[in-house]
Amino acid sequence: MNIPGDRKYTKDHEWARLDGSDVVVGITDYAQTELGDVVFADPPKPGTKVKKGDSLGVVESVKAVSDIYAPLSGTVVAGNDGLRNSPETINSDPFGGGWFAKLKPDSAGEFDGLLDQAGYTALLGEIAK
Amino acid sequence: MSESALSSSQKIENFELRRTPLYSAHARQNGKFVPFGGWEMPVQYSGLIAEHKATRSAAGLFDVSHMGEVDVWGPGAREFLQYLCSNDISKLYDGRAQYNILLNDTGGVVDDIIVYQRSPEQYLVCVNASNTEKDFTWFASHAASFSGSLSGGKVEVANRSADWAQIAIQGPKAREIAAQLDLPAAEKQWIASTVPFHFIETKLETGSGPARAVLAATGYTGEDGLEIFIEAPRAEWLWQRLIELGSPAGLLPVGLGARDTLRLEAALPLYGHELLDNLPASCASVNWAIKMGKEKFIGKAALERATKAGLPYAMFGFEVADRGIVREGAKLCDEAGQEIGWVTSGTHSPSLGKAIGLGYLRSDKVAKLDLGGVTALVRDRQLAVKRAAIPFYRRDSGKSKQ
Repeated sequence: MNIPGDRKYTKDHEWARLDGSDVVVGITDYAQTELGDVVFADPPKPGTKVKKGDSLGVVESVKAVSDIYAPLSGTVVAGNDGLRNSPETINSDPFGGGWFAKLKPDSAGEFDGLLDQAGYTALLGEIAK
Repeated sequence: MSESALSSSQKIENFELRRTPLYSAHARQNGKFVPFGGWEMPVQYSGLIAEHKATRSAAGLFDVSHMGEVDVWGPGAREFLQYLCSNDISKLYDGRAQYNILLNDTGGVVDDIIVYQRSPEQYLVCVNASNTEKDFTWFASHAASFSGSLSGGKVEVANRSADWAQIAIQGPKAREIAAQLDLPAAEKQWIASTVPFHFIETKLETGSGPARAVLAATGYTGEDGLEIFIEAPRAEWLWQRLIELGSPAGLLPVGLGARDTLRLEAALPLYGHELLDNLPASCASVNWAIKMGKEKFIGKAALERATKAGLPYAMFGFEVADRGIVREGAKLCDEAGQEIGWVTSGTHSPSLGKAIGLGYLRSDKVAKLDLGGVTALVRDRQLAVKRAAIPFYRRDSGKSKQ
């Protein structure tokens, strides 16, 4: 199970990576495995304001629908519109081309409070028991 | 990510869930287990879309051991089945199988089943996994009070579900793979040439002795293929043997997820979705299996009354004209946002690359479908749906009917 060390994580299986002063958000390798083949993605539009825990948008596999939750409060700078034509990128490249949205955070503190690689690895370990 | 989308990863802590004889085989093949109708079943192995496509292009292997089997026999059995079943049992002969609906006395559906005639006094009935106990009780209680006027009446029933496992092999290469099993030449020939809805009883050579089996040219995917009943202790042997024989040809094990997308593309109804106990079966586009000309059968009078009064709902197939997937339970609305029906099944179709589904509309609103007037409420959006001819997929053309 791939868990890159260059970013942070949430207990709901999103990842968040700093990109300058913005934060890029997606779902983890574990999440895309659980979801199955993604066939539809609806990323948010730029300008959308979200609070931590709000739904940023939805991804659907053949058998399930899932919200992607904002790991921190902020304003959407970009949604990955490429996913509209190629939603399966979320399965094939969840940490790279499968990114979901980019946010401008309201504050720096929320990002720092997310799980790091070790914390998320431990979370997955608990689930596997 | 939503909790519900992760549910397949939750530990199955329910001690009441049953396992088929193939459970270990599924685990070895990385099956992801989910609860289904009281059973712990694989929803997928390598991936739903890959499994679906393999079935359409080569072959898929399905564990359907959770389905139920009921024996019905005696001098009154044929007349009894004619009374309980919707289709014309008098058309059956030895080796013939027939799709039937068990109706209740309001004209709604108890279950949809397949009846196999072994002899004029001996029948095997295959029932849905989720309805096995209910169907057996239905047969048994009616048998107890049945006194057939033509036959002298006696009919007995027994629940044989524990004795049988069942494996389906479906797809364009299904027959050529199954014909490689160790069988006499005549039976290999039968596999190659039989017309659908026929079956034979045989013994499969397993390497550790012969196993009783029923080979039936039936299926639930819209593809050609067989459903094989085998005595439960030998199921794992058969599963492994078919994987061995079929893998070089592209056969994959297929879970319940792809089983549903395959049957939905073929517009095959599912109990609890299109077939309901509180909706006249005539609404469900299965009238070809309900022979109203039969003298008497349970539900006949109720369906006659319902048809005369005007059926309340009509089933239809749709594709989604906006971005998104419309799933079971979604409300269907007219231009004013009034609810005029509901979706019974819906998914992304791997073969067609679009979202499709089946649903019921109020009979007086069905015309709106062709005028662009119907939407489905999905989360907080109204998605336009338009009529699609069913079945959505036909195997002879290899593509959709659109």
